[in-house]
Amino acid sequence: MAKVMLEVRELTTKYITRFREDVYAVDHVSLKVEEGKSLGIAGESGCGKSTLALSLMGYYFPPLHYTSGEIIIDGHTISGMNADDVRRSILGKEIAYIPQAAMNALNPTQKIIHFIEDVIQAHNPKTTKKEIYELARERFELLGLPASVLQRYPVELSGGMKQRTVIAVSVILGPKVLIADEPSSALDVTSQKMVIKMLRDLMEKGIIKSMIFITHELPLLYNVTDDIMVMYAGQIVEKAGAHKAVFDPLHPYSKGLMGSIIVPEQGLRNVKLTAIPGVPPNLKKPPSGCRFAERCQYAKPECKAISIGMRDVGEGRTYRCIFTEQELREVYKNA
Amino acid sequence: MLNERFPILSGKGVTKIFGLGRQKTVAVDHVDFNFYAGEIISIVGESGSGKTTLAKMLLGLISHTEGDIFYHEKKRDISSQKKKQEYWKGIQAIFQDPFSSYNIFNKIDSVLLDCIYMRGGRGLPHAKKVELMTEACSFVNLKFEELTNKYPFELSGGQMQRLMIARIFLLKPKILLADEPTSMIDASSRATILDYLLKLRSETGMTTIFITHDIGLAYYVSDTVYIMERGKFVEHGSADEVILTPRNEYTKRLISDVPKIYEEWDLSTV
Repeated sequence: MAKVMLEVRELTTKYITRFREDVYAVDHVSLKVEEGKSLGIAGESGCGKSTLALSLMGYYFPPLHYTSGEIIIDGHTISGMNADDVRRSILGKEIAYIPQAAMNALNPTQKIIHFIEDVIQAHNPKTTKKEIYELARERFELLGLPASVLQRYPVELSGGMKQRTVIAVSVILGPKVLIADEPSSALDVTSQKMVIKMLRDLMEKGIIKSMIFITHELPLLYNVTDDIMVMYAGQIVEKAGAHKAVFDPLHPYSKGLMGSIIVPEQGLRNVKLTAIPGVPPNLKKPPSGCRFAERCQYAKPECKAISIGMRDVGEGRTYRCIFTEQELREVYKNA
Repeated sequence: MLNERFPILSGKGVTKIFGLGRQKTVAVDHVDFNFYAGEIISIVGESGSGKTTLAKMLLGLISHTEGDIFYHEKKRDISSQKKKQEYWKGIQAIFQDPFSSYNIFNKIDSVLLDCIYMRGGRGLPHAKKVELMTEACSFVNLKFEELTNKYPFELSGGQMQRLMIARIFLLKPKILLADEPTSMIDASSRATILDYLLKLRSETGMTTIFITHDIGLAYYVSDTVYIMERGKFVEHGSADEVILTPRNEYTKRLISDVPKIYEEWDLSTV
């Protein structure tokens, strides 16, 4: 078994609103990512994907607050550490994060090389500018970006190029875990493919050791990640290998989600898309039973009454439902 | 509905040039098209290929530099405001960003009432107007009682986009132009929006023009697909023809760049 790079145990974080209400956007989430593996997180808007990404870094700022749980990166527990220590010794070095719409985060008045100087000098103040330039040039060329980009301003670069530059800058220190939150959602298909190719290269060339990839585009997740985790209303509802999660989903929500895939392939024109009716629950007062019960067409009265745990069906596959695997397959067959 | 196939909207040598002299940008370059009545047509291209410029010309929001646009096989005349308003009774649009499509000062009631007025319903009794609005809202699974007296920004993105469809339901235009109607909403609500659009089209028989960069979506919904590259149509034909047996290099590249689930996705070609 490969070394575990990132382990999360029962992580719970909440937002505190202006009205002092608690919103549990990440609720008892556990996950494990091994060296050389990538994990995909899928789910609809507002299910807590991005909050989970933020929470994983161990660096919390209001309105997000840490409640309980453990985050272990390569054997070191970072949850509960002082925020400044996390910033100095963990972020960038151990775990890096590419936020949504990251390409708009570049300061338009600074050249690209300046961002890299900033990052490296914050961690190793003694490095000279020349060393940094050499390192950056080497890294950019390795990733297929021209070295001339370093001397340019962000406005001189196209959207796809900016996004790839941001990724290259964020992994300059060679983090063990990279969290990519919708890294390609604002790009057109061709630039998207280049970004994905770059993320693959990062893994293959050993610059990063493992990756968490967040998106709602399922065909993309299927092609990029080894495992897929489906989130719903702050909880994990299913976790499985990428192939199983897409072609043989167990949880009714995953089933609905997979039914919304559109790809330009033969025979898929006549497949009926499935839409999941209703809206996700309000996380200020999450329902006590299964959170999906309101929208689930197979729900029984018990679903809303008792809290549902994860079921393990082996081969690293788990899901959260009152029904057994056998029962679920039975109802899908009759549907 | 007419049984014979006739082009409801067509164009010959339609061109749009922005700027002058050396600063000149040819956004749409001599395109010819025939959009047949009752069909679903998709216009697919990358960002910057001129899709939205073409859409604006079709809607009459901007003028075209050269060429002719024909509506109902007659040359389109939108030279005066009055003629424009007449034209807009026949063609309506849904835009990409539902958040900026509404006037933030108008309540939802007035958004829908405007549509009724446009169809000449100004003199109807109040109860009849409410009935029409309720019907339109229930078509897209919204409850009018919950929306009345609310402002558009109090709704979620998916709800706003559905309200847009409710507008179209009231207006019943001959042509609907949908410019990236699902690109701002996530995959599971996308299925809902597409469902309503397809249902609307099968009920009213209107011609629908989808503008999108998502070739998968184009394949799923449309009868005819036009592929646009740098202001030109490089390939067009029935959806099966264009997507499954593409002839143009650009089309082939667009298709190969989309992640697939049944076929291998080749990453080496970038």
